[in-house]
Amino acid sequence: MRRKVYMVAGYNTISMGTGRKEFNPKKERPGLEEYIREAGQGTLNMIGGAANVDECVIGNFMASRFNRQANLAAFFPYVDEGLRYKPAIRVEGACATGGLALMSGIKSVLAETADVVLVIGVEVQNTVKAIYCADFLAGAGWFKNRKNGHAYFFPGQFSDRAGAYFEKYGRDKTRQALARWFRNAVENSRLCPTAQEYHNTVKDLEALAMMEPNGKSFVDHLNVFDCSKVSDGASSIAIVSESGLKRCGIPASEAIEVLGWGQMEEDITKPPVDPAELTTTKEAVKTALASAGITRDQIGTAEIHDCFTIAGLMCMEAIGFAEKGKGADFILEGNTARTGRFPINTTGGLVGWGHPTGGTGVHQAVTILEQLTGKAGDAQVTIPADRPYGLTVNMGGDDKTLVSIVYKKAE
Amino acid sequence: MTYEERLQHVSVLGAAGKMGSGILLLTAVEMADLSLKPENKGKPFVLNAIDVSDEALSGVLKYLKAQVLKMAEKKVVALRKVYAGRPDLIDNDEIIDQYIFDVLSIVRPSTRMEAAYDSKMVFEAIKEDPDLKIRIFAGISANNPHQPWFFTNTSSIPITKLDEGAGLGGRIIGFHFYNPPAVQKLVEVIKATNTLPEVEAFALAYAKNLRKIVVPSHDVAGFIGNGHFMRDILHAASEVDKLGKDFSFVEAVYAMNRISQDFLVRPMGIFQLVDYVGVDVCSFIMSVMDHHLKEETLRCPLLDRFLALGVKGGQYSDGSQKDGILKYEKGRPVAIYDPGIKAYVPISDFQASVDAKLGTLPAPPAWKAVVGNKAKEDLLRAYFDQLKGASGLGAELARFYATRSCEIGQELVSSGVAGNESDVNTVLLTGFFHAYGPINNYL
Repeated sequence: MRRKVYMVAGYNTISMGTGRKEFNPKKERPGLEEYIREAGQGTLNMIGGAANVDECVIGNFMASRFNRQANLAAFFPYVDEGLRYKPAIRVEGACATGGLALMSGIKSVLAETADVVLVIGVEVQNTVKAIYCADFLAGAGWFKNRKNGHAYFFPGQFSDRAGAYFEKYGRDKTRQALARWFRNAVENSRLCPTAQEYHNTVKDLEALAMMEPNGKSFVDHLNVFDCSKVSDGASSIAIVSESGLKRCGIPASEAIEVLGWGQMEEDITKPPVDPAELTTTKEAVKTALASAGITRDQIGTAEIHDCFTIAGLMCMEAIGFAEKGKGADFILEGNTARTGRFPINTTGGLVGWGHPTGGTGVHQAVTILEQLTGKAGDAQVTIPADRPYGLTVNMGGDDKTLVSIVYKKAE
Repeated sequence: MTYEERLQHVSVLGAAGKMGSGILLLTAVEMADLSLKPENKGKPFVLNAIDVSDEALSGVLKYLKAQVLKMAEKKVVALRKVYAGRPDLIDNDEIIDQYIFDVLSIVRPSTRMEAAYDSKMVFEAIKEDPDLKIRIFAGISANNPHQPWFFTNTSSIPITKLDEGAGLGGRIIGFHFYNPPAVQKLVEVIKATNTLPEVEAFALAYAKNLRKIVVPSHDVAGFIGNGHFMRDILHAASEVDKLGKDFSFVEAVYAMNRISQDFLVRPMGIFQLVDYVGVDVCSFIMSVMDHHLKEETLRCPLLDRFLALGVKGGQYSDGSQKDGILKYEKGRPVAIYDPGIKAYVPISDFQASVDAKLGTLPAPPAWKAVVGNKAKEDLLRAYFDQLKGASGLGAELARFYATRSCEIGQELVSSGVAGNESDVNTVLLTGFFHAYGPINNYL
């Protein structure tokens, strides 16, 4: 890379929605602008204010339908008057929006048009019931497939993938592994005060998650516990150059360095190459690891895109942690738990922490920043000295838009 | 005539009422679902919503729209298949909106009884007045060339009396929904002596399609549901009288309401239930039953006294509770009407002293915590075991109340109103939402 790129000053709002004690769908809640402002100010407070910012990026998937709002870049001056007349851009790539926002910021720093980029990812989705939310999120797929798709479009897509996986590699053990995935997610969430499942007190999570899927009221191969949450939330982070780091007065010990990435697209009009495999994810991770010059075995922790538990399982295979068809064993052997070899989604991931779609990619970076700099609080895991790298995988649509980034603690 | 043909032209009488609007909703949805089947494309389906005034009917479509929206949201997975052939309907909200439109477009509000002259079946949910019902049935029957079938929602009047009075020749059956019809699972089905077998067969098929639980009741005034409920009221009223020597009137009403709710683990106390149904309705049902049941007197001076003072209870059109024997704030009783001073007395004035007089009781589990609980049986048995050995006035009243409720149930079986004990228990479980049937061996 032509110069070093760092991330600092991560901030997450609460991921609000069912599961949080304070969530009441019948009462008025903070709107899109409040989430943007809270997250943006959170980061600005840590980097010495808006004066230090050169450019801004906001990632948002579907405010046009959830909140009937577009032109989101113009909310930066609402975050802080000091951002008036500064360049800003809004990016969108379905659930990989956050990842694309990060990439946009990274590229501005690399292009030397900016030394400090403020990046916010946001989505406020509880404005409608889940059944209508499904319509909006279906925009992540090809609209021409919507008519023949499931009422719950994306759960339907990943249910089909789960069905294909069950058929190829067996159902019982796989369902057990998906239940374990849910349990790990919720247990990790209980350690993170901003997580949507932070208040969850269910004792036997795996038994709960083993509930038999019911295709009459939902989808054939997944139950609601296999799904990520409907969330309101925002995350923000600053992407900075070396001089940007100095300008903000942040020591390198509080930063992570971007070592490499894989950013790519697959044809949205085409069905999956193999429904039992995340082929684009596989390619993106391969590219990210190669560009960072590391192997998957050097990864200490990863934040991956478990929009559904089955996507989490398949991602373990796409990264190469597990062989094809062995993802269930890998999970059931405890490898992905916080005490396992590769702690995955240490604050709950999309299933546990929440999935404010446009914010998720940024949230992943914030979690890696916290973990690698030792600031994850109760959720902190041990990062082995010989495996100091953090990996993120952010997926948009059904394995279509991919951003995978490799990080390590700055020196 | 097939099931579908019968349901192509239907009228609901009393469609703006509490029960009628619910019956209208369920029937409209069933008819719309039939109309949307490919084989029924192009066939007209008509549902007349008949009531006495335009004012009353003006709220009906609004109610239907809100309810059908809820139902459509729940069954959108299936609705996407129903509208698979409509390329213009893509998002769930478009499909839901279309379904609401398709249901509502079947419904024709009307204040004219003549609208029923073309119907092949008639649901009736009007005032509990035998003469009025007979007059209307006879009128429709005489002017309707289709020999229509009559499904009456009466909760007390013997069906045979209506059949004979209106000269229907067995084209009638009792089809008694519970309040609210869209929610309560129970339907009591009551055959008149001459009810035609095809009418009964249709009634059972219709109930099945509505996913209702059918309990047959014999054609004895009050049937099973009110047979138990009215005698339960009489028991509570007589206990209020007895308590009169140690308690003021409002204290006694409070005590029996609390005993019947908290200590019998029921969803609401007996006097709150009277308010829910309506003091006037309860009183009317009792008088109908009293008229038909020669061996037994069913009169409740306590209800009559309230009624004479204009204390009626019942519900507002949005389903919220009107003040009656009890006064309500946010759905909870906060005061009790004292007929002596013609005013409500706040419960907080006497609650502590009455509770103290009732004595220490074993802590009953809340009805809410029991009703859907898998370990319901164990919870109830453990509680009643404690109640069995408990001393004090409250425990005594609770035991006597439960025993009397059980006796009432058993008498419904021995007198032939109910076919068996299980039917009685099903009615209380699914029509009154009790956590357990009255005929049990808990005590």
